[in-house]
Amino acid sequence: MLDILGKRYVFFGISLLLIVPGLIVMAIFGLPLSIDFKGGTLLEIQFASGNLPSTDQILSVYNDLGLTDAQVTTTSNGVMIIRSSFMSDELRSTVVNELEKKVNDQITVRRFDSVGPTIGREVAGRAAIAVGAAAIAVIIYITFAFRGIPNAFRYGVCAVIAMLHDVLVVISLVSIGGQLFGWQVDALFLTALLSVIGFSVQDKVVVFDRIRENSMIYRKLDFEKLANHSIVQTLQRSINTQLMTVEYMLLALALFGGVTLREFAVILLVGLFMGTYSSIFIAAPTLVIWENGEWRRWFHRKNQAAA
Amino acid sequence: MRRHYITLALIVLLLALVIWLNLPGPGISIGSFYRSMQPVLGLDLRGGVQVLLEADLPESTTIDPQAMEDARQILENRTNALGVAENQFQVAGERRIVGEFPGLSDPERIISVIRETGLLEFVDLGDTPIPDGTVIKTDFGQTGQDVSPTPTPQTDSTTSGTEDPTSKIWHTIMTGKELKSVGVSTDGKGGYEINFVLTTNGAQIFKDYTTNNVNKHLAIVLDKKIISAPRIESPIPDGQGRITGQFTYDSANALAIQMRYGALPIPFKVVESRVIGPTLGEDSLKKSLQAGYIGFAIVILFMAIYYRLPGIMANLSIGVYALIALALFKLIPVTLTLPGIAGFLLSTGSALDANILIFERFKEEIRSGRTFFQALDLAWKRALPSIRDSNIATLITCIILYWFGSQFGATIVKGFAFTLALGIGISLFCALVVTRTLLYVLVDQMKPQAKHLKWFGLVE
Repeated sequence: MLDILGKRYVFFGISLLLIVPGLIVMAIFGLPLSIDFKGGTLLEIQFASGNLPSTDQILSVYNDLGLTDAQVTTTSNGVMIIRSSFMSDELRSTVVNELEKKVNDQITVRRFDSVGPTIGREVAGRAAIAVGAAAIAVIIYITFAFRGIPNAFRYGVCAVIAMLHDVLVVISLVSIGGQLFGWQVDALFLTALLSVIGFSVQDKVVVFDRIRENSMIYRKLDFEKLANHSIVQTLQRSINTQLMTVEYMLLALALFGGVTLREFAVILLVGLFMGTYSSIFIAAPTLVIWENGEWRRWFHRKNQAAA
Repeated sequence: MRRHYITLALIVLLLALVIWLNLPGPGISIGSFYRSMQPVLGLDLRGGVQVLLEADLPESTTIDPQAMEDARQILENRTNALGVAENQFQVAGERRIVGEFPGLSDPERIISVIRETGLLEFVDLGDTPIPDGTVIKTDFGQTGQDVSPTPTPQTDSTTSGTEDPTSKIWHTIMTGKELKSVGVSTDGKGGYEINFVLTTNGAQIFKDYTTNNVNKHLAIVLDKKIISAPRIESPIPDGQGRITGQFTYDSANALAIQMRYGALPIPFKVVESRVIGPTLGEDSLKKSLQAGYIGFAIVILFMAIYYRLPGIMANLSIGVYALIALALFKLIPVTLTLPGIAGFLLSTGSALDANILIFERFKEEIRSGRTFFQALDLAWKRALPSIRDSNIATLITCIILYWFGSQFGATIVKGFAFTLALGIGISLFCALVVTRTLLYVLVDQMKPQAKHLKWFGLVE
């Protein structure tokens, strides 16, 4: 039989390789927070004539209005995105007119978002609380649902550890994407992250359920073998479900043309894949480690563990 | 076995109902219940303006929820005057109100309406009854003069009948600052009326005025718009008045709120405004629908090729799922946003997962030598706990996210959580009832032998 759990430290290593570089990037450059979370103004405009003005032209309009921190991004399909600090109501109504005057062209506003500085920070804080609350609720529920087998509490905790692993992978991805492709952590990113969390927990429960069922049947079997057997039994389902959900998102990725939506699709693609990956390679191995009390050996017999 | 045929009949009935609901038509009306059955698109898909208002008071101030609700109502009444359909304000959390205006593109118009002072005036109309809702001119605040109980010459009520009521400048007797309290009570005839008490100063002005103007019209005007123009039936000496009319409790209460707080009970500032242009919205809608269709098509092919007959049954079941979801979206109605569609697609994933879990289990049971019927029964029995528990865990997450969304006017998170939860509910029904029934009926009709195994995705 396929021995997945025996190689558990290899998979942990792979996960570290996925997570650590992104976290380093994040530590150096910070998360690429959008105005949704740090406050500010985003103006996305298109020009009737199709000729884009130069960045300097736009910046001078902003400077004249007293906004010195504007940043201009030009996307491939003739759209300009200008980010600046939070505008007062009066400024908001004049800025588009001023731009039109300056570039002597008709402007179509595609998006014009303005978020106050305190509100964004508060949303970010509460989002973290919501994820935390969801994690605790999941631990409680799983402990309850698995109460028939020994150490039910561990299943809840391991599910949440694996879920946090998925969250970390996604955050690592967006940190790197932020530096390479100008991705932003915005409200849409939050939605993608929430999807990943929802799917991840659902997937863990399916794999754990098989362990729950098998532990009733094979009472004498060593836990590691039992867990491995359960993973292999659910492998076909994991692959098929994953294939289809990811297939979906791949298509969304191919078809959604816009820059923001492409980012959303890539994050979902990676995140949902991780949801299934971590059920098999993180959640179940963590259970086994807990069962064996392996951390006691981590530091004393390092050489054997690495070998 | 009979039981499964009865269930099948019920499913067909349900299917007929949802198809009928989904057909384009004039909408549904049952008694006072009415739904236009048009899909409601969110701001991100059709364009529009969203503003988030926050009470402009120190963080430490506790805000009365009733005052927030009153402010919401006042804002809604005011923006209704803009003539925008489907605008709405919702209280989000303890100190914020989120307003949404589909189809609008100019936030400044809305912000200026929100910024209105909310000036309440009592205006002398003389003998002219002017319909409610008419915008009139008054002399208060126009020339900077203070209110006085004496009519100024040019607004003499005897000449008013010949003039256009909207161009004439009417005289303001007093403003809302003379109001002490406003309440609603029954009028003894099954209707409702509004009672108000004036300050000492206001009572004196009112007494003088009503004594001299019995049978004439007194308008209650908010922001230069007539709310009500009752006739003075008798002098009112004690500073206590009532406004009678054809009021329901709600309309009387709404007017009382407007009178009580001509201005908003709480000052607000705009902390967030979002404008989504119609082109961006249209673009997103088209592309997300396209992706949805193609995604659906691929999944259906995969299921049919990999799982054969059960896969086809699952596809039928997914079709039922999509139809029910669509009907419910229109019936509730659910505002469809991009994240909402993402939530729906994710729940489709759960629906498929439930089917796949059952089919994989079915194969296992067949391989261990059970008959078709035994395998079917066991597959459902054994897959049920994992389907149930995994979906409940997702539902718990949804509830927490929904709460989070409601607290902030973060409508996108709310939309996501709601459609995901709804989708999971329907998907459970489809996997556990619809697919199962279809498969039972199929096996019963087909009476498969060992040579049919390949039709079930199994190699002999």
